[in-house]
Amino acid sequence: MSDFVRNTIRFVLFILLQVYVLNKIPHLHRFITPYIYFLFILWLPFSVTRQWLLLIGFFTGLILDYFMMTPGLHAAACVLVAYVRPFLINLLTPKDLSEFSYREPSPKAMQWTPYAVYVLVLTLLHHTYMVFLEWLDVGNFLNFIIKVVSTTGISLLLIFTAELLFPRKLKFRTNTA
Amino acid sequence: MGFGILVLKSFILRNVFLFIRRYFTFFTFLLLQGVALWFLFSYNRFHRVKFLGIANEMTGRINSQYNKVEDYFNLKEENKRVHRLNDSLMNLLRGNFEKRDTSVVFVKDTMAYDTTGLYRRYFAKPATVVYNTVNSEKNYIQINRGSNQGIRDNSGVISSDGTVVGVVVNVSPNFSQVLSLLHVQSRLVVSLKKSGESGTIEWDGKDPRILILKRMPKTVTINKGDSIVTSGNNTLIFPKGLLVGTVAEIRVDNASGTYMLKINTATNFYSLQQVHVIENIEKEEQTVLLEDTKNKMDQTLKSPR
Repeated sequence: MSDFVRNTIRFVLFILLQVYVLNKIPHLHRFITPYIYFLFILWLPFSVTRQWLLLIGFFTGLILDYFMMTPGLHAAACVLVAYVRPFLINLLTPKDLSEFSYREPSPKAMQWTPYAVYVLVLTLLHHTYMVFLEWLDVGNFLNFIIKVVSTTGISLLLIFTAELLFPRKLKFRTNTA
Repeated sequence: MGFGILVLKSFILRNVFLFIRRYFTFFTFLLLQGVALWFLFSYNRFHRVKFLGIANEMTGRINSQYNKVEDYFNLKEENKRVHRLNDSLMNLLRGNFEKRDTSVVFVKDTMAYDTTGLYRRYFAKPATVVYNTVNSEKNYIQINRGSNQGIRDNSGVISSDGTVVGVVVNVSPNFSQVLSLLHVQSRLVVSLKKSGESGTIEWDGKDPRILILKRMPKTVTINKGDSIVTSGNNTLIFPKGLLVGTVAEIRVDNASGTYMLKINTATNFYSLQQVHVIENIEKEEQTVLLEDTKNKMDQTLKSPR
């Protein structure tokens, strides 16, 4: 399966999961909506260029926005995540690229600790920015902090559960294909 | 001079292009952020946004597909809700509002005997059904006559065809609640019109057109279509011989070795409108006598001879 097909399927599944499961389940609390759809951006292959990352991120967020009738909210957060992602990957992956032959970010490719940092920073970024934009409408600083922390916690839980439940097949970049 | 300016211009342009190229990603980021924020804030301000129409069509189609599936899970609840709403709307229909009927006023006749030697035992009063369900397991019927019109507890209710509907169980000043035959706790003593064998009729809560008559002895010959009527002997509520239903199906209950009969209701509970409330004038006397007998027997048995 090509990267394109894999990621398209993954995209559809993430959006459907987010729209029809995570947004439908009774909320644990009025602050907490579990978010996982942006894991799609975190899982995009290393080979995607930065401009494409930004565009993909923008449309991922926008499509979710149109389902949730909040045009621009998730799109803005996703563009931010997509923009920061390459910097983080540069920081957290080994510099010697000849050793490094994985296709996309995963615990196996980056080791657990750097991967956890990668996920944590981007999740926190996504939620902070999104909740901040929401907060501009209805301001309450304590709510803002609680919401960021709690949603981030729930999302991290979901992401690591997903990571453990669906270990992605290790695909190596080779010169032969 | 002109050449120098040209060089300067191209130099600046080159630098601008270099600058743009160098920070191209950053500019893309800024541009997309700008678009997203523009969407967000223009939506919040005007509550609509570019492309929302097209996007709505798309998400709407996907949502309706999802709804088709989701609806199956909510079907039962939805049905109940719609039914509740229907019921409440039914009660708002103009036909339900009527002037209080004062044309029939019951005055107890001091001369109970008429010239032919017969005396009145039952007295019927007209009433209109204002609320009736058949879908529940416990169906009650509400009628528009109450204690102000002389309705009392434990009066029988029959339809305009003279078939049994139920028994009044609760009375308010202007309305009464009737325990329908279609109530799982409803019990009525009935008898076969042909042979007079009596049994108790009840409802299993399933089909509003079918009542159940259990423990009919096998010695009785029963055919399909036989009439089941109220047995005046065992009940103080109904006069004798009011039609309850006709035998629809005869089954042998293997456990007890008796017949179990399925009875088609004579009353159409779906379209119940006009009913009569039957009052047994002598009921009090009869109940007092019964109680008295019971007490007397108890005392007689207790006291040593």
